Amino acid sequence: MKLSVGYMGLHILNELPMSVNSSSPLLKVTGLKKYFPVRSGIFSRVSAWVKAVDDITLHVNHGETLGLVGESGCGKTTVGRSILRLMEPTAGEITFEGEDLLALKARELRQARRRMQIIFQDPYSSLNPRMTIGSIVSEPLKIHKIAKGQALQDQVNELFVKVGLRPEHQSRYPHEFSGGQRQRVGIARALALKPKFIVCDEAVSALDVSIQAQILNLLRDLQQEFHLSYLFITHDLNVVQYLADRIAVMYLGKLAEVAPVEDLFTEPKHPYTQALLSANPVPDPTIVSQRTVLSGDVPSPLNPPSGCRFHPRCPQVIDICKTDDPPLIMIGPPERGHQVWCHLHA
Amino acid sequence: MNGEETSALSQVGTTSLDPEAMAPPETPWQEFLRVFKKDYQAVFGFWVLMLLLLTALGGKALTEWWVVFDPEVVRLTDKFLPPFSAPSAGSLPADQPFVGVYLMGTDELGRDVFARMFQGSFVSLSIGFVAVGISLGIGILLGGLAGFYGHVKLGFITIDTLIMRFTDAMMCFPTFFLILTAVALLPPSIYTIMIIIGLFSWMGTTRFVRAEFLSIRELDYVTAAKALGIPESRIIFRHMVPNALAPVFVSATIGVASAILTESGLSFLGFGVPPPDATWGNILSDGKGFIFDAPWLFFIPGMAIFVVVLAFNLVGEGLREALNPKLRSR
Ligand code: SF4
Repeated sequence: MKLSVGYMGLHILNELPMSVNSSSPLLKVTGLKKYFPVRSGIFSRVSAWVKAVDDITLHVNHGETLGLVGESGCGKTTVGRSILRLMEPTAGEITFEGEDLLALKARELRQARRRMQIIFQDPYSSLNPRMTIGSIVSEPLKIHKIAKGQALQDQVNELFVKVGLRPEHQSRYPHEFSGGQRQRVGIARALALKPKFIVCDEAVSALDVSIQAQILNLLRDLQQEFHLSYLFITHDLNVVQYLADRIAVMYLGKLAEVAPVEDLFTEPKHPYTQALLSANPVPDPTIVSQRTVLSGDVPSPLNPPSGCRFHPRCPQVIDICKTDDPPLIMIGPPERGHQVWCHLHA
Repeated sequence: MNGEETSALSQVGTTSLDPEAMAPPETPWQEFLRVFKKDYQAVFGFWVLMLLLLTALGGKALTEWWVVFDPEVVRLTDKFLPPFSAPSAGSLPADQPFVGVYLMGTDELGRDVFARMFQGSFVSLSIGFVAVGISLGIGILLGGLAGFYGHVKLGFITIDTLIMRFTDAMMCFPTFFLILTAVALLPPSIYTIMIIIGLFSWMGTTRFVRAEFLSIRELDYVTAAKALGIPESRIIFRHMVPNALAPVFVSATIGVASAILTESGLSFLGFGVPPPDATWGNILSDGKGFIFDAPWLFFIPGMAIFVVVLAFNLVGEGLREALNPKLRSR
């Protein structure tokens, strides 16, 4: 049931020529890199670079949810923010609806922002404590001159109802609400400009499990109603399993595996994905899971391991992993879109 | 798609958002008042300051505009009278104090100490407010620039480095001696003192505002505003400034107290507001020579300064508590 939702069944690979325009992805990210300089010394000279995101290529189709999974510090948030140009990427190409986002001037970028939005993790810091929730939601509509007066009020009321908030509460301040309700305000704000694409940056990670389910349901309903595409960033596989059509697994700034959700859960190919899945609690107690326990800590992205970045922790490491970058391998038919970066499958 | 879940969702949504279930609406201002009122010391300080404000305004009006209490009348027959003593028989009726007795006694020239204190309250308070106004203006401007546009380069140096190194350099000098030097070199007047105290006390505010801006700039609601395409000027003035200023005003409250203290210190050393303007500092300074013969000349202004500085500090502490967003979100 879940997979029929918004699952277009069309996963055109980036490498394939795009013949039909309607099937070309909504968002295409090619070779995205974001390096942060590390400065030291009295003259603040750049002494090293943290490669937070190192050459990521992915795409999001119309109406689809791409889950972006990884441990904290693997660069997944940086990917999300770079796509929205909330951070300037160091290199790469971002095409949204056929438009090159990185080439936009400040003015055009402000217009483009109407089509892509973001929902944050922390419902406490994501709302301005000195604005009523009504003005938080109506501000973008006013600024972009979409509505004013009664029409504005009607639109805001409608948004409140859509996300399950009472319009009567508009004159209240964020601190009067619970985490889940605040998250709904954040969602209403993101929806106000009728975007096509929303980055959900750990959007439910800070909430209680029961509230998580409500918010996930809400996100899914909204996706159907408005034909939204999500980039759902999370460290929690359970959450993406519920919502995502495809999942991209990241490790230390690089992609490890990209696959449709059912493939990833039934036959994960990358040892890192396998380890993540085995650490994931299985709802069925009769299944004895074979746990692959990862040893060691996540290495610092300041000084990543040579070759495959996962090799110091990989249970199946082979010699070549220590020296050579793992190649991109397609698993199964190319239109399935199951990609893995690992020497084991070469 | 599945009716059950959706209806369950909307049910949960409505029950948890029942208006009855929520506390009555409370604006941040009401909440601030509620927290502030719980702090009795701060409330006490607040009323002392209100009284001081009234005294200061009254002092300006009644000693300069309608001269009910004349601080400048010299009565050589009535020197060194202790508080509550009646004027001597020989004094002219026009020179006699309004209430019939010298409430706070007289000084070495027979001037009414109450009238002088009354006039001084306005001078001292206005020095405090103007000086802090100047230092806040400079501090918020420089701190805001460093915090928001700090990464912008001017040639080989960033704005942040430029502003903050200058601030550090200014902080290296002991403020009081810097002010003392400047006052000694410039023509003495009440305005010089105000401006100089203001010009040499903005460093703390600058650092403070910069730190606030740096941390607020990284908060999600500012990122959200950027993502919504809200113009930069509106992000700064609507989203950042209101959230950065609360702690700044706390430190400003305490700043007023320290400006009053600085002025008193300057007057005590003889570099303060020149006569005939009375300030609490120069009344104290005049009285120091007669500490054994006429202790009221020394203790009355001393106590006044002490109480006012204490009140400002108590109010500042109370404000800090009531405005602290971390405490408030609970
Ligand atoms: S490339 Fe080697 S080290 Fe990396 S995941 Fe595959 S097997 Fe493990």
